[in-house]
Order: sequence, then C-alpha cells, then structure tokens
Amino acid sequence: MSRAMVEAIRTEMAADEEVFVMGEDVADYGGIFDSTQGLLEEFGHDRVMDVPISETGFIGAGVGAAQAGMRPIVELMFADFFGVAMDQIYNGMAKNTYMSGGAVNVPMVLMTAVGGGYNDAAQHSQTLYGTFTHLPGMKVVVPSTAYDAKGLMHGAIRDDDPVVYMFHKRLMGLAWMPAPPGPKTAVPEEEYTIPFGEADVKREGGDVTVVTLGLHVHRALDAAEDLAEDGIDAEVIDLRTLVPLDEETMLDSVEKTGRLVVVDEDYRSFGLTGEIVARAAESNLDALEAVERVAMPDVPIPYARPLEEEVNPDGEDVAAAVRSALE
Amino acid sequence: MFTDMVTARHYEERLQEEYLEGKQPAFDISAGQIPGELHLAAGQEPAAVGVCQHLREDDTVTAPHRPHHVAIAKGVDLDRMTAEIFGRQTGLCKGKGGHMHLFDPDVNFACSGIIAQGCPPAVGAALAAKKRGEDSVAVSYLGEGAISQGGFLESLNLASLHDLPVVFVVEDNDWAISMPKERVTNVSNGAKRAEGFEMPGERVDYNDAVAVYEAADGAIERARAGNGPTLLEVQVHRHMGHFMGDPETYRPDEEVPRLRRMDPIDRLADDLRDAGVSDDELEELRETAESRVEDAIAYAKEQPQPDPEEAYEDAFVNPPGASDAAAADAGGDD
Repeated sequence: MSRAMVEAIRTEMAADEEVFVMGEDVADYGGIFDSTQGLLEEFGHDRVMDVPISETGFIGAGVGAAQAGMRPIVELMFADFFGVAMDQIYNGMAKNTYMSGGAVNVPMVLMTAVGGGYNDAAQHSQTLYGTFTHLPGMKVVVPSTAYDAKGLMHGAIRDDDPVVYMFHKRLMGLAWMPAPPGPKTAVPEEEYTIPFGEADVKREGGDVTVVTLGLHVHRALDAAEDLAEDGIDAEVIDLRTLVPLDEETMLDSVEKTGRLVVVDEDYRSFGLTGEIVARAAESNLDALEAVERVAMPDVPIPYARPLEEEVNPDGEDVAAAVRSALE
Repeated sequence: MFTDMVTARHYEERLQEEYLEGKQPAFDISAGQIPGELHLAAGQEPAAVGVCQHLREDDTVTAPHRPHHVAIAKGVDLDRMTAEIFGRQTGLCKGKGGHMHLFDPDVNFACSGIIAQGCPPAVGAALAAKKRGEDSVAVSYLGEGAISQGGFLESLNLASLHDLPVVFVVEDNDWAISMPKERVTNVSNGAKRAEGFEMPGERVDYNDAVAVYEAADGAIERARAGNGPTLLEVQVHRHMGHFMGDPETYRPDEEVPRLRRMDPIDRLADDLRDAGVSDDELEELRETAESRVEDAIAYAKEQPQPDPEEAYEDAFVNPPGASDAAAADAGGDD
C-alpha cells in the first residue's frame, strides 16, 4: 500500500510545484512506514523536507503554507503524537475555513500512521479515528487496499479542504511488519481518484452487514469466509472515508440484512461504532433486528502480547459478533 | 560509575541478542520473545552515570524512549525492569508499559515514548519538592532531537521563573532518528539556550563520564540548595540504530566504527588505571555487572505471561464499576 500512496504523491508533485512533503524522517529515511520512500531522490530536500521534532511548529507551518495557496502534505509520524500539536490541527487547520466565513481555505493533507498489532504499547498503537472525525472541518480518509490508497491520496492532495489521511501500519507492506494479502491489490499506472463519501462493498451478503475500515476490512473478510462455511452470508462494507460518510450504502445494506455489526480498532466508547449504530437507528430503527459492536475496550493499549491480543479485535471476535447478531 | 556503565552496556548487548531471537532471519517486529520496538543506548552511558551518581532515591528522573542506561544508573529494579521488557506479569508495569514506558516509583523513575514529554513532569516533581520544603531534585533527560519541542522550552521557562530544583540533561547523540543535529538546530552548543531563560547552561564534550560527573555535581548541588535549574548538554554517541531493525541507510558507513573506537567505557577504564585501579579489579567489576545482567534476564524469562483478562485492569485506581461493587459489598453505605 505504501508504494501506491507514494505513487500518487509523486505524480501530484511532478504536476504541481505547489505540492510538497514535510515531516519527521520523510526525506533521507523515506518515512518510518515508507510513506515517502524514494521521493527525496526525485525532488530533493526543498520539496521533501525533514523537520525538527516539533509537531506544533511544522504542522502549523503546513496550515500557513496551505493558506498561502500551497498544497503541503504533512506527516504526523504516529497518530498518537497528535497531542503535541492538536491546537494547530483542530483550532487552525480544521476551523479556519469556517471561522473566516469561507474567506480562507486550507488545502493540506495531514498523513498519519495508525494501528497496533505489533506490541508497541499505549503511546504508539492507537487508531484515533474518533478523535479526528469528532472535530468538524477535516475530511478523514482511511484506505484499506493499495488501489484505494492511491486513488484517495490523489483526491486528498487535490482537495481544497484539509484532509486527514490515516493509514494502518500493518497494511503498508513493510519488510519488518508483514501485511495480510488483502491490501496487495492491483494498482493502475495512470492517475485516478476515488470520490470521498463512497463506501465500497467488499463482499456481498444477505444475512448481516459488517461495517468497518482499514486493517479490519481484511479481518472482517476473513471472518466472512469462515462464516460462509456455516452458511452465514455476511456483507462487508469498507467505509473508506469517514468524513464524508457514505450513509446510503450502509443503510441500504442494513435494510437488506436487518443486522448490523460495526468493527473498529479505535476505542469503543464515544467513537465510530456508536456513531454508525446511531445513524442506522435514526434512519430506520424498524430495519434493525440486531446490533453488535466490536472495538477496542476502553483501556489504553497494553504492551505484552497476550494482553494486546486480548483487546485488539481479530477475525474470531468479528465472527462471534456476527453469530451473536444472528441469534 | 564504571560498574553502572558496564552493566548498562552488557544489558544492551544482551537485550539485542534476546530481542533478535525469533525475529530472524527476516526481521518481523511482532515476532520473537521481546515485544514491540527496542531503542538501545549503547554509547550513551556517561550521560546516565555522570548525573545519576549524584542522585538519591527520593530524587526524580524522567527519561525518554531510550531509557535503560538511565534506569540502571538511577537504581531501577533490574529484575522487574527486564521482566517488563519481556512483557511479563511480574514486570515493573505488569506487562502493560514495556521498554519505553517503565515506571519504578520506588526510585522515582519514569520514561515515555513521546518526545520531550518528560520535561514538564520533572518540573512538577521539582515544584512539589519546593512546595513541601524538601531538598530532593528532579532530572529530565531528553535527546538533542527533542530541543525543538514546545514542552521542553516551556519547561525551561517555568523552572527558571520559579527557581525550581530541576536539571535538564540533553543527550546529544547527533541523530534524531535519521536527522543529524545540524539539520535540527543552528545552535551547535545547546547549553546556550539556557541564556534565554536566565539560567546556567553547560555543555560537556567528548562523551566523557568524569566530565559529566563534574558538571552535574555543580548543577545538582545548585538545585538541591534551592538556587534553581540548570541546563546540561552532554555529548554522547549512539552506537546502534534509532531502533532495532533500523536500516540506518542515512548514516555514513564509517561513523559507528569510529565512534566505537572512542568508547566511553574504555576511556573511563583508562582513567581508572591511571588512578591506580588494576586490570584485575576492573575485570572483577565487569564480571559482577555481567552476572547481574544475566541473572535479570534469566529471572525475566522465568516469569509468567500476563493473563489476558488483566488487560482490563489498572485503567483506574478505583475503577468506576468495581467501586460500585465494593460499595455494594460494604452495604452501600459509603
């Protein structure tokens, strides 16, 4: 998936001098998660800028450059590190368009790594979809395949609004963190965009709707294959973007199946699972026969392997939730 | 100091071996017997021992994500620290924290995986000491890559403003992951930053444990006497990558062999020989340190894995649900 992201960034940089990349270890290192691999060689340090560890400074500088009309792609190395710089993100990047009555816009991409599953504990493993989507003013995209990663990145860079692009480390195809086979999809050489707000039905089924995104699309698909052996036909919806959210695809599916399972690697309370369930209930309560939520329990993410495996939802957890919804 | 340095060095070398077991031949960070990332500090020992030698148990230390040498110098329980790094139930943090998030309240040690995060809490520990009229001090360690963080600069200001007993120790190992120092700051002598906060600043070059010890002596004494904070910048060398598995393609090939030829442990050994300590005595210290490390690793490996259910414990000291249950058990009258 990382190569697909980089391909989109490279194309946009070549086409538009105003596009540049800024972040910690994005140049010589190529991004800790390969998110900028190879760009330095092609574009040099002026357009692929390593910066001091100073997220408030460089993310805020991204906001300023975007407001000046450039198109910065700024990397926050781990989503967990947002706390250092959240003022610039949510009081500036997210709000300036609104506060200025539309006089100012912030065409910036904030790219950040999310997700656990490699035992890096509570400060490097979070999947903070809820945090970024809760704050209005930013579009939030979450690719689950190489194809989507490229199309969503093209769209993110061209978008005149701030876009938070959250990629899961385990989907990137890093040598030291093997990815499941799912994200390794074919990627066309030419450029293309995936419209924001269009969910993807990754598997059709009539018995239950599983709504998820990112890494957990692949866990849900694995679960769906297992369930199929028992005659359970699960539909798996990959949201792809959270802001804007494709309610229609999701709600149509729930109307068909009557059962909704939401799978999220973020915390359970006050987050994505509650939001999706609420929207389904608001829209058509009568269609809902059963609801299940699968998410991180409300504890910080533990370090030891048995502890993290306990809290991070896997395919078995998804399958169990589907079975429960069918009871 | 020599003992702590050789303990820390042997510890790092042994952790490296243990970490790689099960992760080879293809490096997979989520395989093997030690979970997660591992940031090793071999070559940075003088910053740890030169400062912590002056500290007591009741003095507070906050360290960054590369904490082992400082933890050892501060007297963190080595067995339980190692059990924590192996993710075991009896580790310092019951397997929840891991190597970047070690907490040992018995010796007032903590570390964090967020850059410069330890600076404000060190100021807070110093503030508590001042408010209580105690003469304990706080030391906050950070890397030279962390000096651009607002939290660090805000901490200098607050500590200076209130004359707090805190010493900021910048371990200048020249590299913030792949960023060399000259591309992080135009201020090559980081101690000069102290001037902007009306506090003393001193830089120690050559990764020299004795020189660090002498500089820290004045800083700690000043803090303990109630005369306020000091900024120390200490030159150290990072022998390893940023983390285990770091390909280090950004680093010149000849750098690490050159740094290893300037090993601070060899330097201190030479100083000790000059002062009349025999090779046999040094060897004995080395062997004692090494066996302590081996014991800690053996201890850690014998410890049980945590029970998965423990993942739900410790988010609160008084868990909301549990306190309701306890109240019910107690008759609900509290």
